Amino acid sequence: MKDIKRRIAISKYWDYTFATIGLLSSFVGLALLLTLFLDLFIDGFPRLSYKFFTSFPSRFPENAGILSAWVGTVLVMIVTALAAIPLGVAAGIYLEEYAGKNLFTNIIEINIANLAGIPSIIYGLLALGLFVYFFKFGESILTGGLALTLLILPVVIMATREAIRAIPNSIREASYALGATKWQTVRWHILPYSTGGILTGIIIGLSRAIGETAPLITVGALTFIAFLPTSPLSSDFPFISFRWLLDPFTVMPIQLFNWVSRPQKGFHMNAAAAGIVLMVMTLVMNGIAIYIRYRFRKKIKW
Amino acid sequence: MSEMSIAISEKLKSEVKNLNFYYGAVQALKNISLPIERRKVTALIGPSGCGKTTFLRCFNRMHDLYPGNRYEGEIILYPDNINIISTEIDPIEIRMQISMVFQKPNPFPKSIYENVAYGLRVRGINNKQILNERVEKSLRGAALWEEVKDRLHDLAFELSGGQQQRLCIARALATDPRILLFDEPTSALDPTATSKIEELIIELKNEVTIIIVTHNMQQAARVSDSTAFMYLGEIIEFDRTEKIFTAPTKKLTEEYITGRFG
Repeated sequence: MKDIKRRIAISKYWDYTFATIGLLSSFVGLALLLTLFLDLFIDGFPRLSYKFFTSFPSRFPENAGILSAWVGTVLVMIVTALAAIPLGVAAGIYLEEYAGKNLFTNIIEINIANLAGIPSIIYGLLALGLFVYFFKFGESILTGGLALTLLILPVVIMATREAIRAIPNSIREASYALGATKWQTVRWHILPYSTGGILTGIIIGLSRAIGETAPLITVGALTFIAFLPTSPLSSDFPFISFRWLLDPFTVMPIQLFNWVSRPQKGFHMNAAAAGIVLMVMTLVMNGIAIYIRYRFRKKIKW
Repeated sequence: MSEMSIAISEKLKSEVKNLNFYYGAVQALKNISLPIERRKVTALIGPSGCGKTTFLRCFNRMHDLYPGNRYEGEIILYPDNINIISTEIDPIEIRMQISMVFQKPNPFPKSIYENVAYGLRVRGINNKQILNERVEKSLRGAALWEEVKDRLHDLAFELSGGQQQRLCIARALATDPRILLFDEPTSALDPTATSKIEELIIELKNEVTIIIVTHNMQQAARVSDSTAFMYLGEIIEFDRTEKIFTAPTKKLTEEYITGRFG
């Protein structure tokens, strides 16, 4: 009896030891992140003002702002979303609901899984060759947006497939048993029930794209830009213009990188402020993703 | 067609002739022949894995949803004399005429109304008045109308298990099927809900031909007019239900219904 108690005590000792190590390890990650954020906040917060958002970059740190950078980021994200959503969702639906299981679809599947792990600069090189030199889109918002589309396409496809796979097969059978075709089943059931998961995947993909620098520098995004792209609204018929697609651009992380590499202290403060804005943009997007997931989970329980 | 077969086919809704079914290389159904009488309940009983569900799912070509499955033989649907399992017939055309109620209630995560209306929408019916009429008629047919008429636009998941299964029956009835297939419809339900479904089945046979798979022998005895006992992919015995349960001719049938195996 005494022997058993001793054994339990020794075993429990290891239990406590690991719990302590585990707790400390979790704190390392959290503490680092908090320190980073605090540091950024202390440096950058004083620079955050209305003027900071409405000024172009400048030779003088106190006059410099992120207008061209955040407008560029928003426009590039719009292009990326408009291209990646239909392509990724269609591919995901096809692979899950239509494609048979054969060598060909297996090869496609393995390739998509691998594409997600390719370094982003490689996508930049691909976009440079394809969109800049071959299609002659120039070093433009369109090229930048499509480069990021390539980057997040695997994420969107995999999120779509994951969301579709979560729908129980009994729902598909119920639909088919009533005489529905594949498309009717997809249109009335598969898509509506997987929207939450798909949207979450799209936003996570976009929040990855928003912080990307390498592929955009590769396709020739400018580091210093003191004008805005052409307005999408024009005063002449047909009042909507797509000229902005072919305009040069910069984005938040590139602006940030540019300021960090300057010697003056003032630019470093600007970089910290831009860092806060970028981080808040990412956090807001992730927050929206979590909210959407929560809303849809509440509505649909299997 | 001879006079004899005309006389038979007037009483029959369907007739299975030498049906073989294969999951890839595995033969799951062996040389099955069975008459399905019009507006009667035919029960399929047998131990787990005997092929009764596989057989039932041949009637609405559910096996076509998955690759590698193969049918041989004929399931004739009267009075049009079409072979349900012929590769020349589109499975969708069959499923439009033969509805199915599944083992577990599987309503769509939509409103009660939309669940019932779905089969009609699939057929391109979007006229509000027609939909309203058919939804009410089907819900009445499934003995659910009184319970849900004030909350047709609530989510179907808010119903109890038994109500969900009756909703699935209403959904299957909405399209005026010629045959209604039940795949162990009460196996996930409590006794009260079960007896409600059983009463409903007995009532429904006045309007539609029913085939029901069940592992509950009392249920087969209570609701069916004739019963087929299946074992290892074959029909061992088929007869009037009271005959099967009181005086079976095969030893295997007797052993099964007296609970000596299965």
